[in-house]
Amino acid sequence: MAIIPLERKPLTLAERTYIPQILGGLKTTLARLLKPTETLEYPEQRPAIPSGYRGVPTLVRDPNGREKCVSCQLCEFVCPPKAIRITPGSIPVDAPTAHVEKAPQAFDIDMLRCIYCGLCQEVCPEEAIFLQAQYSMSGYTREEMVNHKDRLYELGGTLPDQHHKWDKKLAAEKHGNAH
Amino acid sequence: MATDFAFPDSAAKTAQARPDIASQPTTEFETEKMSLSMGPSHPSTHGVLRLQLELDGEIVTKCDPVVGYLHRGDEKIAENMTYNQFVPYTDRLDYIAPLANNMAYAIAVEKLAKLEVPARCQAIRVLTAEMARVSSHLLGLGAFGIDTGAWTVFMYTFTEREKLYKLFEELTGARFTTSYSRIGGLQRDVPEGWTGRVNEFCDQFLPILEKILAMLTRNKIFTDRTVGIGVISKEDAVAYGLTGPNLRGSGIGVDLRKDKPYSGYEQYEFDVPVGTKGDSYDRYLVRGEEMRQSVRIIKQVIAKFPGGPWYATDAKKIFAPPKDKILTSMEELIQNFMLVTEGPQMPAGEVYFEAENPKGILGFYVVSKGGGVPWRLKIRSPSFCNLSILPKLCAGCLVSDVVAILGSLDFVMGECDR
Repeated sequence: MAIIPLERKPLTLAERTYIPQILGGLKTTLARLLKPTETLEYPEQRPAIPSGYRGVPTLVRDPNGREKCVSCQLCEFVCPPKAIRITPGSIPVDAPTAHVEKAPQAFDIDMLRCIYCGLCQEVCPEEAIFLQAQYSMSGYTREEMVNHKDRLYELGGTLPDQHHKWDKKLAAEKHGNAH
Repeated sequence: MATDFAFPDSAAKTAQARPDIASQPTTEFETEKMSLSMGPSHPSTHGVLRLQLELDGEIVTKCDPVVGYLHRGDEKIAENMTYNQFVPYTDRLDYIAPLANNMAYAIAVEKLAKLEVPARCQAIRVLTAEMARVSSHLLGLGAFGIDTGAWTVFMYTFTEREKLYKLFEELTGARFTTSYSRIGGLQRDVPEGWTGRVNEFCDQFLPILEKILAMLTRNKIFTDRTVGIGVISKEDAVAYGLTGPNLRGSGIGVDLRKDKPYSGYEQYEFDVPVGTKGDSYDRYLVRGEEMRQSVRIIKQVIAKFPGGPWYATDAKKIFAPPKDKILTSMEELIQNFMLVTEGPQMPAGEVYFEAENPKGILGFYVVSKGGGVPWRLKIRSPSFCNLSILPKLCAGCLVSDVVAILGSLDFVMGECDR
């Protein structure tokens, strides 16, 4: 619990000849030769990605195949580098998910702007946007690096839903006690 | 006409900076000073620092640091976004220790809101900040080793740093740009069994740290390059506003974790190492010892890791409600929308908070006119202040000493230019 001055001892005569350091260096190198390498031969070997990793942002569907995004545009608002562009749209009245009312007409994420901060996932009130395990992207043109809606759903796939919020709302509507 | 070789001012400076070479005989032939631009893309300037050197032979007579190549206008950007949106930008200040920046920024804004975060949140922040300190010093030592001709050290420190980054990745979801803090809490709680893995890391790290330090501490090649080079006196260190290991290397035991404890640092026992001579070698010694002390703190945090909430549960206008509530309850859904669109609600006022970061004292000065967006955010970055002593330090040195001095100051341009 105090301030400790760092003492330094003068080098011994042997140390001043540089010889111990040279021998020590050789010893380090030789010992290292026998040990396994610390590196990974990417891309043949890939690192294990922990759960909760913030990779490429994707859109997900619920187990019934419904697109979860309702185009509230909260992610577009919060995105610090303004990488997200959403054009809201309506769900046709004859569709089975018509009670959800809204879905994005267009949803673009510019991966040249995205900084993978995860704020979009954090604020999403529908758990529709997730940063998943993919971490490498490449393309030849700037246009290629913009992920459109179809690509986003393709990357995202389906994730389990714990709340079934809209199914519950539909059931409530049928019983005549919707809000 | 033969001019006098010994420029009166440079001879005096050389005598002061390098007494061992100052007495060499001067020649009679005509000489001319040479101007050399070192950087902005020079391996030993660690980023985009440019040094405009004026050379007399191999002796540096004048050194003008040119900063600003990495200026992104972070302070102005902060005025245009809510407090939480700025967290990713703090990652990019001292990008060698983003977790420490996240913590300093969050505490500064919480101080403005007069908000106390729970003990668990404080403990996690201390834990991550100390891990960031270890990772920052590992890089600092490794790079210093390379600058002075010792490549092996870098390989060993990077191997250890990689292990830390694996832990960061598991905790925050990103290796580098962690964005872990939020105003009033954190991005998420620690994963199951994570603290145990941190403990395991510490146990295997200590012997390796000794091995790494043994490669340099008594290495004649290294001491030749560093002992007595770039000596900063106590007076100069204070006058130039140096902080962090560079100040402590000069023998001044100022450490905000001790002197002005924040985030519960007063509960942990650790020593503040100080140097005796203030040369580059002392700054190296201080960093080495600080890593040992950081490991000590990490072990103490894990030993008494508090339970309870990991965010301020009573701050409804600052920290977002839990996700399952947002999905099921109308009240929390509205609250979430309000928080995101208007930002965490702060009272009007101004506040300055500084934290002991790996590189020195990182300060945030926040002026608020109320609402969720800062009116002005000033960042006091340690690297910028630490570099201010370069003109004084480099005058009279050899060019190769400049490289050693830069390595010993351990700065980051992301933070210097911000």
